[in-house]
Amino acid sequence: MRRRHGVVPLALLALCAAAACSHKKPEVVPPTDTGTPTPAPPPPPAAVPGNPGPTDMGGDAAATTRALATEVGNVIHFDLDQDVIKPDDRPVLDRKADILRANPALRIRISGHADERGSDEYNLVLGNKRSLAAKQYLVSKGVDASRIDVTSFGEERPVDPASNEAAWAKNRRDEFEIIGGGDKLVAPR
Amino acid sequence: MGRMIARAAGCLLLGFLPAMLSAQDTVRVGITYRPGVRPGLVVLPAPGLDSVRAIVARDLDYSDRFEVIALTQTAPTEPSPRGPINFAFYRTLGAALALELVPAANGGITARLYDLAAERAQAETTMPADRSGAGEGRMTVHRLSDEIVRLLTGQPGIAATRMLFLNDDRRIWRIDSDGAGAAPVSPSGVSTASPAWSPDGTRFAYMQFAADGTKPIVLQVVGTGTRTVVPTTAGSQNITPAFSPDGAGLMFARMSDQGVSLYGANVRDLCCVERLTGGRFAENFSPAYSPDGRRVVFVSTRSGGQQIYAMATDGTDQELLVPFDFGETGNSNAPDWSPDGATIAFHREVAGSPQIYTFDLAARRPKQWTSSGRNEDPSWAPDGRHLVFVSNRTGRRQLFVVDTETARTRQIMTSGSARLPAWSRSLGRP
Repeated sequence: MRRRHGVVPLALLALCAAAACSHKKPEVVPPTDTGTPTPAPPPPPAAVPGNPGPTDMGGDAAATTRALATEVGNVIHFDLDQDVIKPDDRPVLDRKADILRANPALRIRISGHADERGSDEYNLVLGNKRSLAAKQYLVSKGVDASRIDVTSFGEERPVDPASNEAAWAKNRRDEFEIIGGGDKLVAPR
Repeated sequence: MGRMIARAAGCLLLGFLPAMLSAQDTVRVGITYRPGVRPGLVVLPAPGLDSVRAIVARDLDYSDRFEVIALTQTAPTEPSPRGPINFAFYRTLGAALALELVPAANGGITARLYDLAAERAQAETTMPADRSGAGEGRMTVHRLSDEIVRLLTGQPGIAATRMLFLNDDRRIWRIDSDGAGAAPVSPSGVSTASPAWSPDGTRFAYMQFAADGTKPIVLQVVGTGTRTVVPTTAGSQNITPAFSPDGAGLMFARMSDQGVSLYGANVRDLCCVERLTGGRFAENFSPAYSPDGRRVVFVSTRSGGQQIYAMATDGTDQELLVPFDFGETGNSNAPDWSPDGATIAFHREVAGSPQIYTFDLAARRPKQWTSSGRNEDPSWAPDGRHLVFVSNRTGRRQLFVVDTETARTRQIMTSGSARLPAWSRSLGRP
């Protein structure tokens, strides 16, 4: 149904996505997270309006999938000992919800993380609350709850092991991992 | 003066005459609860048992019930080995008691205690202790130390114990109470947390970070390493296991979309998991049983922050246990119920850093034990007076032991870092 829109909208959307991404200063995914670099995907090869070709289709689809996967993976952050979604992160989650709705086979796992300051065991609870906050937000945007796994790593997997405010701010986060249906993603309309 | 009292006290402690028994309790309280009047004790040279002597002397020191006097020189007046004991010489060192360790005819070791004032042996015990004091044999020497403590004070020692903790390789490690024998015990390559001993020391439980993001609770047998997943904990999010005092029950917290609730399981028959706390959107976790097995202390966020609550083991009769001032008192976590049932240890945030507290259940009074650095996750020794906890006061997170009678504190050196310690009960004979 949405697969045959042709290359133009797809390519434009991919560009839009990439542009939106860089414009919004995407959360820098640290190298330890997924091993996948975050730079915006290269623009698709010349997509001449009205002249779609099968080769371009394949390349565009792969690029689109990469771009959308990157957006799904964008990290959100939390204030100290809080599990409230910050206003700045709502558009990030809205975009994930759009992508999830456009790709009904897509399944994700949200992992909640805490900085090192709270109690070790409470931080597992706090990470759980943070992952649930994002899950509930996505569900409120029409994503079926069964497509979202949640887990918590507490303070066990910091992206920055330093003990300072900057590191703590980076470590209080939700990460989003595709665990199924991510081989070929289509952009939301 | 103080030395006179100490000597008299040691004398009375060693007295087994029925007429002295009533006075004994009184004196014992004086020794136990007043720092500075711990009786001086000297461990005599023990030819052929040098390692054993060193271990026992350190164990008695770590018991914090004696002033263990080191023999720093070989004085001319010192008796020759096996010769008659020069009571007067050891009295001049400030000792009230002397401990002699000799090989026993049956292959074990005899510990003989001398009252230096009365100039005679007052008690002795023979234990099947390893004369090399090496490797696994160290634990047999620790048991001898604990028997000496019991003979002298009537109270359990803490030498024949081990601690479990989480190291920075994310594995559960064990370490002897004197800091020897550190070794990883959980499988390599698997991240874990929150180790808990079974009361008989034959197995332990911990939470595991599975690759699929779930958190099963694993039971592992000491020695064989056999592992079993607690029923219903595979495929779900479970944390903070704790054994019941009879070893048959395990309580843990399960995280779900509705909050965090305490669950109980029968880990003798591996069955019968039931939910014990209700309430949506409240978190209840980190349980610890009372020694009579009737109640459980735990952390709940029902008032907003984390504070210390208690309930019956079936989940009824829930109450706030440690009072706090709403909006002022810092978060309180990691409760552990003392083996004598009288005291709860926990940590509470003070000016942003957790500090070790105890709460006397009879006096209903909290007491703060630490103030420098972050100090967290206390766990009681079987004697009900020592606590092991984590502190970063020297830089990285390490284990420390505090004696809550004297406030004497020592560090247990570990490689890497150490977190979430669990102190075993006295470990029985193998």
